[in-house]
Amino acid sequence: MPYKIHVAYIVPDTRADVKKRYIENLGIVKKLNNLVLVDAYTIDQQLSKLSLSKIAQIITDPDSETYTINEPLAPKKFDWVIEIGFLPGVTDNIGTTARETIEDILETRLNGQGVYSSQLLFLSGSLTKPLVKQIAESLYNPLIQRAYIKSFNEFNRDRGMDNIVPEVRIQKKPHVLSIDLKVNDDELEKIGKLGIKNVDGTRRGPLALDLEALKIIRDYFNKKGRKPTDIELESLAQTWSEHCKHTIFADPIDEIENGLFKTFIKGATDKIRKHKGKSDFCVSVFTDNSGAIIFDDEYLITDKVETHNSPSALDPFGGAITGIGGVNRDTLGFGLAAKPIINKYGYCFAYPWDSEPLFRDSERKQKMLPPKRILEGVIDGVRVGGNNSGIPTPQGFMFFDKRYKGKPLVFVGTVGLIPRKVGNHVAFKKKAESGDYIVMIGGKVGQDGIHGATFSSESLNTSSPASAVQIGDPITQKKLSDAVVKEARDAELFNSITDNGAGGLSSSVCEMARESGGCVVNLEKVPLKYPGLDPWQIWISESQERMTLSVPQKKWRKIADLFSRRGVEATVIGKFTASGKCEIFYNKKRIMNIDMDFLHDGRPIKRQASLTFFTHFKEPKLKEEKNFNNTIISMLKRPNIASFMFISQQYDHEVQAGSVLKPLQGKGLVNSDATVTRPVLTSQKGVILSYGINPYYSDIDTYHMAACAIDTAIRNVICSGAHLDHFALLDNFCWSSSDSPERLFQLKKATQACYDYAVQYGTPFISGKDSMFNDFKGYDKNGDFIKISVPPTLLISGIGVIPDVSKTISLDLKFPGDSLYILGETFDELGASEYFHMLSEHARDDSIGNSVPKVNAQKNKSTYSIVSHAINKGLIASAISVHRGGLVIALLKTAMAGMLGINVSLHNIPGKVTNNHQALFSESQGRIIVSISPSSEKEFQKIVKNIPHKKIGTVSKNSRVMIRGVNNKKIVDLNIKDALNAYRETFAGY
Amino acid sequence: MKKPIGIILSGYGLNCEEETAHAFQIAGAQAEIVHINDLIKGLVKLDKYQIMAFPGGFSYGDDLGSGKAYALKFKNHLQKDLDRFSQRDTLIIGICNGFQILTHLNLLTGTLTFNTSARYLDRWVDLKIESESPWLRNIKTLSCPIAHGEGRFHANKKILKDLKQNKMIAARYYNGEMSALYNLDPNPNGSLDNIAGITDRTGRILGIMPHPERAMYFTQLPHWTYLKEKLIRKSVKNKRNLPTYGPGLKIFKNAVSYFL
Repeated sequence: MPYKIHVAYIVPDTRADVKKRYIENLGIVKKLNNLVLVDAYTIDQQLSKLSLSKIAQIITDPDSETYTINEPLAPKKFDWVIEIGFLPGVTDNIGTTARETIEDILETRLNGQGVYSSQLLFLSGSLTKPLVKQIAESLYNPLIQRAYIKSFNEFNRDRGMDNIVPEVRIQKKPHVLSIDLKVNDDELEKIGKLGIKNVDGTRRGPLALDLEALKIIRDYFNKKGRKPTDIELESLAQTWSEHCKHTIFADPIDEIENGLFKTFIKGATDKIRKHKGKSDFCVSVFTDNSGAIIFDDEYLITDKVETHNSPSALDPFGGAITGIGGVNRDTLGFGLAAKPIINKYGYCFAYPWDSEPLFRDSERKQKMLPPKRILEGVIDGVRVGGNNSGIPTPQGFMFFDKRYKGKPLVFVGTVGLIPRKVGNHVAFKKKAESGDYIVMIGGKVGQDGIHGATFSSESLNTSSPASAVQIGDPITQKKLSDAVVKEARDAELFNSITDNGAGGLSSSVCEMARESGGCVVNLEKVPLKYPGLDPWQIWISESQERMTLSVPQKKWRKIADLFSRRGVEATVIGKFTASGKCEIFYNKKRIMNIDMDFLHDGRPIKRQASLTFFTHFKEPKLKEEKNFNNTIISMLKRPNIASFMFISQQYDHEVQAGSVLKPLQGKGLVNSDATVTRPVLTSQKGVILSYGINPYYSDIDTYHMAACAIDTAIRNVICSGAHLDHFALLDNFCWSSSDSPERLFQLKKATQACYDYAVQYGTPFISGKDSMFNDFKGYDKNGDFIKISVPPTLLISGIGVIPDVSKTISLDLKFPGDSLYILGETFDELGASEYFHMLSEHARDDSIGNSVPKVNAQKNKSTYSIVSHAINKGLIASAISVHRGGLVIALLKTAMAGMLGINVSLHNIPGKVTNNHQALFSESQGRIIVSISPSSEKEFQKIVKNIPHKKIGTVSKNSRVMIRGVNNKKIVDLNIKDALNAYRETFAGY
Repeated sequence: MKKPIGIILSGYGLNCEEETAHAFQIAGAQAEIVHINDLIKGLVKLDKYQIMAFPGGFSYGDDLGSGKAYALKFKNHLQKDLDRFSQRDTLIIGICNGFQILTHLNLLTGTLTFNTSARYLDRWVDLKIESESPWLRNIKTLSCPIAHGEGRFHANKKILKDLKQNKMIAARYYNGEMSALYNLDPNPNGSLDNIAGITDRTGRILGIMPHPERAMYFTQLPHWTYLKEKLIRKSVKNKRNLPTYGPGLKIFKNAVSYFL
């Protein structure tokens, strides 16, 4: 019989107030009379009464909480109660902490998970059961959680909620299958598409191996004279997958024999590095888990950006937190382990006010989460992942388009810091040596993430583990991270390290085995969350918070002792060898024996062909307008422009004490385009970060889309004081239907632009990642089939090093009387702009125009270099990059940030514009607005005389934004406070 | 004079130990980061230290309530050492999660519970200093950031009366420079009587929700680029002469001078 301890607040419980407001805002019920929260701990262990009351006493704070043991704890009056707990096998962090605390106090070990947390919500109000059901649905996620509802009478009759222990129980015994591949092509295809057939006839989920690959595998095992085992097939499928091998980017396409990645991305970097010669700052690019550049004589900085899209659609919180946790481990897994110093985020969402439901099945039983819950869950996940690990999260963005409704894009990135040398070792190099122990550290292994996308809702309500989605455990990872990066690395206790992410052990061990030339693994040694896992599941499980280390045998005792003192589980699971083979044993039986060469390089190469593809859009009708005040207010409220202060303020951006330029700048707290951090507190050097993303432009031309993303990422850091000399890029492609020739054409054009512009700017790519199938296939509210594909999306992230952070500048206007200048040229480039999107939404058509902004890198480069120079000389008081929304939005942002008015004329600005619409909203690249103090103006004018520039006005004392248009007539007269209110309105309630 | 030695606790999700140690170091102390398990194992003894700091962080993920699980572990294994330490003429500080730990260690009274917004919040606040604690000597006001989800101070009437009567209220949120500049509510979390920090009866033990170590350098200030422009324009010949340190460092310097 399990025990249940209930804990409730006796002081005001704000969590309950907030939940009450949340429920009242759902529109299901107008008013709740009361809501009370009670936390419950279900303990599945034989304990004495004394121990139980000791436990209850210690987990309760006597000043603020009260408890009951095995007795319900409920308010005197309520109408309904909802209990929400986890499904079997889902990470329960609160339960785990409770278990560890209990173990520490009782000085005994509990079996298995031992303690399970849940929460009870007591509701008072005029509610019917269906309404309460609806409320419950908005509070829990059926993929990871369970909810039970009882009425007041039922609760009293049953003396509380039922005692449920969500323990994983797997009835079957672990076993290994051999798979017959000597079958007809139909059956072979089925194995690839639906997965290996279990003994009971069910399929395990797609291997994503096509016929050609399966035939190569069949031939390989034919030559060996045996059938492959299930673990061998699963392992090959993992290693050869798009996810691991990036086949679309790697394989030949059209005339490009070496593939897009080698030709255009790595090709650009190679060329730039060669050109830079001695001033090359790249150190380790495209080879390790992150890319690394020089920081100073002592340190390197690393950077990596990942996406975690599909999991975030199913469980936004879990998907996002495991995403950020994973990319933190990509930092730990760089070289001999880098320390995570900055987290970054980027979200592409559907509009949160879109309430049209989507379903995964035609019967409309499996409802997708609505965009608002995805948004909230993802934001929460990245917050907990970063804040709880003590990694600042200053940098990020949100971008909205209805085509992200089926698959949101969740970009997560981490910057790391690593000494250039650890003892006598060059720290960015690592090599597992033959004879080293394979050591797995961190969490235990469950069925998490195995064939993630393939599951049915039926299987989730039984005692089978919820394997599709997972929740991260930041504290387990923090312990692991600290032990590795603050102690084990500097004591030189391991030779190599890699993250267990996609593909789990299969991927990390085989990757490291390449360094030594082979491996032998004993899978039964792997610590499990619960018994009953098949060997193939242990091998490819994606359970979180794990790293694989290569530890010299003579250092094992020392590292084992360290990890044990730091509360980190570490297990020897095998040895690295030089045998040329990957061998796996399970209880002494050999179940896998594949040549390393075949495993890594046996994959068939695919020849891809693209098809030229452009869409022509209608041009919107532009009316002559005398006054743009209301239009500008509407633009400021656009979700792609509006303030997302609510995210910046809930993400700790100041931990580690290196914050220099923050995510919110100026008195008006305007979201910034670049942030600066000082990672080494004894040095004045800084790391500057920025991004550029323009998915709208993809509809017209992906070449210019990519060019603009690069130009924007560069321009954003230039405005804060960075120099192009020490600046690198990262690429993240999120495409859809990527095997279609049209999409391949768009991909080819985008990567071509990446090459052209990276080379021209001299900014090398140091790391990148792609996610090629962001398509949702499901059903709409009528049960009709619907496919939603994301627009081709390229995130360019920028990272640079600044010699002296005290020379950087922020985007806010500083003092009245300062002069305002525009640098760079404006053209009629409103195609696919935010403004045209607004107009086309009003007109309910697709008139987004065709004149997409084009980048003149040579011109822009001189502007940027002059701005860097002027900032370095201290001549510029503020600078802001002109991008989404055009000139007027940039002017308003810099004014709102300074809470100062401006008096500006757009008459004869550099470039060529035909009307006020273009002057105000065109998204021409390469433009920067700066403010200059009167005493610096002369010197500034001298410096900018050879680049396109114009003084457009001054900063005024009053709080009005006055703008005269191309004919020098007044077209804008806005109060700065009204503008700020509009800018903050859209996400004010979030 | 010999530098005082401070121990900065770490482990189980505390995460501000490095910058807190750095703050003590630039203030003139020796600072050693020690994992709680090394204290428990007896590999390090508290006896050699004069200053103890529980830094900010997320010990045990705040899972059983902020600071609770870490404090339980500390009490369970180190109560006697802690008693010995606090009975000596030593200083103890708990910042943010560290403050939460100190209340659960019963070194300080009151409770820290969820912000009224029930959301984690990172922003700058202004503090009015009311105590004569050695940590706060010669500080009248101080601006530095908060970053917490459970920083709302709460105490029953009896405790509050005791805090007031014995001058144990260390700092209150007030409408100072930052709140005015950014037009923000001076009290960021709904704390009772605007209380941001308290001490024990002796004043030697300080718990404070805001992070002084995040205001130890000038360039950590949210408006330093504005101050820089102001300084440049005031100065002769536009010469840049920026301050190096921020207001938060004073707390750490006070701790050092207590022992000199």
